[in-house]
Amino acid sequence: MLTTKTFIKKTKKGGILKIVREHYLRDDITCGSEICEKCDNKSARPLQENPVNKSDVCKSPHYLIPDTNVVLHQIDVLEDSAIQNVIILQTVLDEVRHRSAPGYKRLKDALYNPDKHFYTFYTYVERQPGETANDRNDRAIREGVKWYHNHLSSKKMSVVLVTNDAENKRKASEEGLNVFTIHEYVKSLRDSSSLVDRLAQSGQNVSYRDKVEFPEHLSLSVIQKGIKSGKYVQGSYMASRENYLEAYVSVHDGDKMIFIQGHMNLNRAIHSDIVAVEMLPEDEWSCPSSLVLEEKEEKVDEENIEMEDEKVKKRKIPKELQQPTGRIVGIIKRNWRQYCGIIRPSTTRHLVIPAERRIPRIRIETRQAADLASQRIVVAIDSWPRNSRYPNGHFVKKLGTIGDKETENEVLLLEHDVPHSNFSEAVLSCLPKLPWVITEEDMKHRQDLRHIDVCSVDPPGCTDIDDALHCRELENGNLERIDMVPELLSSNLCSLRCDVDRFAFSTLWEMTHDAEVVKVWFTKSVIFSRASLTYAEAQMRIDDKSMNDNITKSLRHLNKLAKILKRNRISNGETNSMVEEFMLLANVYTAKKTLEEFPDCAMLRRHPSPPPSNFDPLIKAAESKGFKMDVSCGKALADSLEKAVIPADPYFNTMLRIMATRCMMQAVYSDIIVHRLLAVCIGADASYPSLTDKHKTQTLCNNLNYRHKMAQYAGRASVNLHTHNALQILIPKYGLEGTLRVHRHVVKQYSPVFHRVIVQISIDQSNVQHLKLSIKLVEPVIPGFSVAPAKKEEEEDGPPRKKVKT
Amino acid sequence: MAGLELLSDQGFRIDGRRVHELRKIQCRLGVFSQADGSAYIEQGNTKVLAAIRGSKQKTLHDKVLVNCQYSMATFSTGERKRRPRGDRKSQEMTMHLRQTFDAAILTNLYPRSQIDIFVEVLQSDGGNYCASVNAATLALIDAGIPLKDYVCACSASFVNDSPIVDINYLEESSGKPEIIVATLPKSEQIVFLEMNSRLHEDNLSKVVDTAVKGCKDVYQILDTAVRDHVSQVATVHGWEN
Repeated sequence: MLTTKTFIKKTKKGGILKIVREHYLRDDITCGSEICEKCDNKSARPLQENPVNKSDVCKSPHYLIPDTNVVLHQIDVLEDSAIQNVIILQTVLDEVRHRSAPGYKRLKDALYNPDKHFYTFYTYVERQPGETANDRNDRAIREGVKWYHNHLSSKKMSVVLVTNDAENKRKASEEGLNVFTIHEYVKSLRDSSSLVDRLAQSGQNVSYRDKVEFPEHLSLSVIQKGIKSGKYVQGSYMASRENYLEAYVSVHDGDKMIFIQGHMNLNRAIHSDIVAVEMLPEDEWSCPSSLVLEEKEEKVDEENIEMEDEKVKKRKIPKELQQPTGRIVGIIKRNWRQYCGIIRPSTTRHLVIPAERRIPRIRIETRQAADLASQRIVVAIDSWPRNSRYPNGHFVKKLGTIGDKETENEVLLLEHDVPHSNFSEAVLSCLPKLPWVITEEDMKHRQDLRHIDVCSVDPPGCTDIDDALHCRELENGNLERIDMVPELLSSNLCSLRCDVDRFAFSTLWEMTHDAEVVKVWFTKSVIFSRASLTYAEAQMRIDDKSMNDNITKSLRHLNKLAKILKRNRISNGETNSMVEEFMLLANVYTAKKTLEEFPDCAMLRRHPSPPPSNFDPLIKAAESKGFKMDVSCGKALADSLEKAVIPADPYFNTMLRIMATRCMMQAVYSDIIVHRLLAVCIGADASYPSLTDKHKTQTLCNNLNYRHKMAQYAGRASVNLHTHNALQILIPKYGLEGTLRVHRHVVKQYSPVFHRVIVQISIDQSNVQHLKLSIKLVEPVIPGFSVAPAKKEEEEDGPPRKKVKT
Repeated sequence: MAGLELLSDQGFRIDGRRVHELRKIQCRLGVFSQADGSAYIEQGNTKVLAAIRGSKQKTLHDKVLVNCQYSMATFSTGERKRRPRGDRKSQEMTMHLRQTFDAAILTNLYPRSQIDIFVEVLQSDGGNYCASVNAATLALIDAGIPLKDYVCACSASFVNDSPIVDINYLEESSGKPEIIVATLPKSEQIVFLEMNSRLHEDNLSKVVDTAVKGCKDVYQILDTAVRDHVSQVATVHGWEN
């Protein structure tokens, strides 16, 4: 059974700990080629018998074996469908895993893709005395190539080692192996122009015209020593959205933020990198300029960046405004991803302007510049040499034409890291096949509630109808309330549309007419919604005395109960608050139940009390109009919001409320997980292992929260409120919000918090990447700043009225 | 995330084994001549020595008293071990061994006597209990003490949705669930079962089955070793035929 040879690996770790591990070498690993007759036929053989061969440098059919650096740097090329039949040696796989998590993930995806014909093979060589780990790995790779070479030579199949390491390449050709650099190989492929563009440029010496010389990054070992001794601090780099010359570094242990300013101090760090920072002496400390500063199109290459830095430095910073300021001395970990952007063609090397403002322009080399000029493209950064003003990258893929709705959507999703690719086979196979019918099996675990007149109430045009309600009178005089939420997923299958059977998760209450809960229970059910109503429709039914069908009756009951439930708060009982009230009730009871059963892994979406400092802008704004905001607790805030009404200005209150909402942070939970937990509670479903795993739940929550946050960012492209040279303007007529750039003195002069102004709005198309709402002030008239009112017709609609705040 | 990948996508464990493969087992019976019975076993890098000594004893009039002493050599682990025996872990292990063999030895055959089982772990690389049980079984067989059956022990864990058998120190210390089973392989009776860390109920039977299967594999190896040993001894003494 065991065909092994035992080796002993000795490693020294920390001090004097000796680790002895066994290493079983196998003799049952197959070559994975369809052509081979020597190996065991039963195992997987993804390598094709007749690999498609387009290369001019190696005319015979061949398999590719890349080395680690090729995989790490040229993964974009390897992922292309033109590259197939690749053998990934385990040495390479391990190295990639240690050096780059995203790279490893992408490599694994390629290995899993049956169309790519990737295969993993194992080689083992013992490290020789005096040999470095890298040399050993290179030798292991060469051994692997040699093995394949001998193994398949009788079948006229050759193997090609792809490496960009000159030494490795020399040694390999000495040993008589086929070896090329990735550039040689890719360029030799027929119809390879698009693939050549994807080649990362790293390792190639290019001279730049830029007159720049960034300070050298310190080596990792120096940084580590420095961090230990306290000379440097480690943190994650966060570029400013507003000013490309400013950034913060959030220090890992502790809440400290270190301010960084100027090209030389930023020293080629890119947003979200992990960096090492050295603090500047206190007399050089600075503070954010509070200016919105964007890189100008014109000054790209020519302007000397030292000049820019000088300009920044000249400002005198008052002592009390100074913030801890530092400079970046080294990069601990690059967190580069792929960036969406548009290309600005020039002669040979082109600049790509990323959609994300915090990312600098990226220089790429491509032959299809003219073709790409009208496209949104994705690029990856490869390196940022000291003598280059911009990082170097390469083209990855086209997204589509600029301005195209689909393309723009994709950009937004990509940039905010919202996964949007089609669901994988595995996910889809979990879904029931269409047309979807309810089977006997399903009914076993479910309570049939189809006989009950359920209806849903949602905003008009809502596609994912996610809660349905019902209320009926029981024989004992009490009321039975039912509340349903669909299981999993949204839209068709799970949207509780009317006149179809749907699976649901129901919460049933028995209540007295005074809304006291007598009993509550949960069940999985099948329901049949009689009607999907909008809020307005529901309200109409309730108010219409002539209607007396079951749905209307149940709506009236519900409304009555809702009113009672809500009495202690707001008592006007609108229909939408009726639904809310019952969802709230359902949530509270669900939370109680799950918490009871699974104290470790219950999840709840909660609205944590925001730190009081979050409310500062709100308090200030309200004070300017003579109102005092009490933010000590939710209720106090609600009350003070209620009171802050200027009768002449109906929008004032709305504005305040909008601001209050902005001040709060939200966390999110997953309905699905709670449903599952609840299902386990009531014994309808078997629990599954990862559900009860606390850590998994935690990571899941983190992920959900992150996704939620990113989705919110994607939803609103907001401008930082704390800039001093801009005003936020709300245009109630269009439900729009915009920023008005003004000079500082204007703000001082008018202090226009909550002032009504008249503005002229238009779409600013000068930058296709960020279509902006351009707002110009019409009234009050400020000489040299405001503009003349536009055409008369707009006035007829009633002038758009706005309020502003700093 | 560059942590340990206990089980690779290709189905190999850190030390190159597949999920169902035991470590290499080597064993010898009758390593000491002074003791009544003795054995030495290597399961990978875990190396255990066991010795048996029988004596008269008055406390129990109807059955034999099984007494165990488990100890670990100071040089058996990566860091120098302070107390070779008598610490909590050793005491617990001693108790477990005593319970295990109390269940397997036909105790009523030797009233008013005592069987001492001495177990010394010379090198530890995970699965100390299992190796100790297997070694003690061989030593008991070597001593000629009647047993219901071989007692074979094996551990198992659960990684990436698949059970892995005979876990080594690295896999043991990864925080993954660990199940240790000692069985009487012929009757498939479990005489001892211990579990550490958390494992979902749905997976329990899978992991236990894997461990029991491991025990059977161990049994095959032990049985071969015993037969070899017996035939060797027989040859030396000229007992053939």
